[in-house]
Amino acid sequence: MEHASARPHPDAALLNPIENPGRTYYYIVVGLLVIILYTGFVYFRQLWYGLGVTGMAQPVTWGFYIINFVFFIGISHAGTLISAILRLSKAEWRRPITRMAEVITAIVLAIGGLHPIIDLGRPDRISHLFFNGRLQSPLLWDVASITAYFTASTIYLYIPLIPDIAILRDRGVKPRWLYEFLSWGWQGTERQHKVLDRAMNILMVMVIPIAVSVHTIISYIFAMTVQPGWHSTIFGPYFVVGAIFSGIAAILVLMIVFRKVFHLEGYLKHIHFNYLSILLLIMSLIWFYFTFSEYLTGFYGHEPNEMRVFWYKFAGDFAPYFWAMIVCNFALPVAILCNSKTRTIPGILIASISVIIGMWMERLIIVVPSLANPRLPYPTGIYIPSHTEWMLFLGGISVFILGYMIFARFFPVISIWEIEEGRHESAKIVAERITSYMPDPEPSATGE
Amino acid sequence: MKWGMVIDLQKCTGCGECAAACKLENNVAIVEPRESEMGRTMLWMDMLTIYEGEYPRLRVRQIPRPCMHCDHPPCTKVCPVRATYMNEEGIVAQIYPQCIGCRYCMAACPYTVKSFNWYKPSFPPGMDRATNPDVSVRPVGVVEKCTFCIHRLQMAKEQAKFEARDLREGDFQPACADSCPTGAIVFGDLENRDHQVNHLAHSPRAEKLLEDLGTEPKVIYLKEVD
Repeated sequence: MEHASARPHPDAALLNPIENPGRTYYYIVVGLLVIILYTGFVYFRQLWYGLGVTGMAQPVTWGFYIINFVFFIGISHAGTLISAILRLSKAEWRRPITRMAEVITAIVLAIGGLHPIIDLGRPDRISHLFFNGRLQSPLLWDVASITAYFTASTIYLYIPLIPDIAILRDRGVKPRWLYEFLSWGWQGTERQHKVLDRAMNILMVMVIPIAVSVHTIISYIFAMTVQPGWHSTIFGPYFVVGAIFSGIAAILVLMIVFRKVFHLEGYLKHIHFNYLSILLLIMSLIWFYFTFSEYLTGFYGHEPNEMRVFWYKFAGDFAPYFWAMIVCNFALPVAILCNSKTRTIPGILIASISVIIGMWMERLIIVVPSLANPRLPYPTGIYIPSHTEWMLFLGGISVFILGYMIFARFFPVISIWEIEEGRHESAKIVAERITSYMPDPEPSATGE
Repeated sequence: MKWGMVIDLQKCTGCGECAAACKLENNVAIVEPRESEMGRTMLWMDMLTIYEGEYPRLRVRQIPRPCMHCDHPPCTKVCPVRATYMNEEGIVAQIYPQCIGCRYCMAACPYTVKSFNWYKPSFPPGMDRATNPDVSVRPVGVVEKCTFCIHRLQMAKEQAKFEARDLREGDFQPACADSCPTGAIVFGDLENRDHQVNHLAHSPRAEKLLEDLGTEPKVIYLKEVD
């Protein structure tokens, strides 16, 4: 093999998974493909017979698909938004994290964006959205904002990837044509670096408002109706906070997994987990604050229909999920992350998984109870998702894992050039920056 | 012109004839019992069970509930493809070939009047050959609801045109109003002073369902006085 003769790279640990994928990798890929194929079959069945194969009915006309749509899009806020904020705020510790986060966004957004189409009764008429779309409908806003976010975040993933692709190209990693094509003639000249920096700067500033708009608009789907429990002004920021919250949890889980599997202990140090988990802790508190205000206002307003939904969540059919959500999103993560003794990697893993589960339940609790309690006295059944819906959920997760594995097979999950750049320049830049914070010397000392 | 309906609860016996007539008139699918138990019963005109008071002074009654044909419909506002819209005569209509089946209108309707074709519409043996030829049977995966029997309006208009005269009050009646044995359902033009509904709509007994939502329903109930 050609790369074996190449000089040992200082970041060999990052290149290793690409150059020597190993056998287990293929076993897992085959396993995932089996699940995805079966999911495809299940979805085909739904196309054939209609949405009757799901557990949805009247009045609960939205179920798992919409819940997972909101959930997946929420997770997608991990990436680009957080990486853009960290880059923008010049947080030096971001270097090994940004790429991983951006990949989450690109993949999860593609999966999440498909969910409303899965949910359609007539997916064959999807073109009506483009030819006869009504811009007044929040669904159209969603189509626009998700498309914009997907475009911006894939470009934002790709642009900082170019120098790394060039490294792989220069090492002669196969398939050569792929790296040759994607490296776009990168030679690492000063001008190229300048253009790259420029492009990244523009994108990271652009991506932040787009990301905020995406989840705000998803919340608008609910908030623009008059239904109790949905029609709330707090929904936009509440959804954005929830999205970033679940996103950080997803990054942490992935970081822990990659650290273990690819032996990246040298790159993902305890300090990275410490910083990110403190961010997770803060988001948990903000999330609780929003949840608290949302329900307290509802409770004090005491509008009868609002109260039906309120009690359905607090003490009715959805109480187990509601209280589990409070534990998963607030009690458990706060308890673990507040204490530096438990803020270890296993502790952070538990907290993050708990947050992901909790945020999924939050989506469930937002979508179903409002639909299950119509204003007029109808007989209401309980929504039980069918096998089809569970399979499509599992399939979505499998596509995510597979997508991530394929990415990690061909591209480094930690930005090699940014790490190198950090090694050479960070200390100097940070030192300069800190000096610039310092108060100017007294004029009397320098003058005269 | 603004079509509207007045339902006199003093006259209504809760027999459900309107619901049955509607179902037959509009080829509303008859779902299997198992589906029905799941909550997939399709009724354009449903009978709402209303409980008043508490035991031992409990009163249970059934009232007919068509689509309210709101003047400010929450459903049309959210439709992404203009598959549901309010026409110039105030009828909130559905365009089945346009609907993409996102069910956003169902989620947005505060009266929960819309039905979805979870499967291809089915009818018991024999009945599938006896569907009303004036109303299309909907395809799978679209939303449907009460249209105030808009097909009857079209026919009445054509008939009036053929006879070179204006539309008369009795020319256009939806199936529910036609079938009501006690004459509790009255239908007509709310803006026409000669029509009965115009007077009834201003009766002191008149009330609308969930009036405080500001949806301005064009179905008006005359409450019972006892």
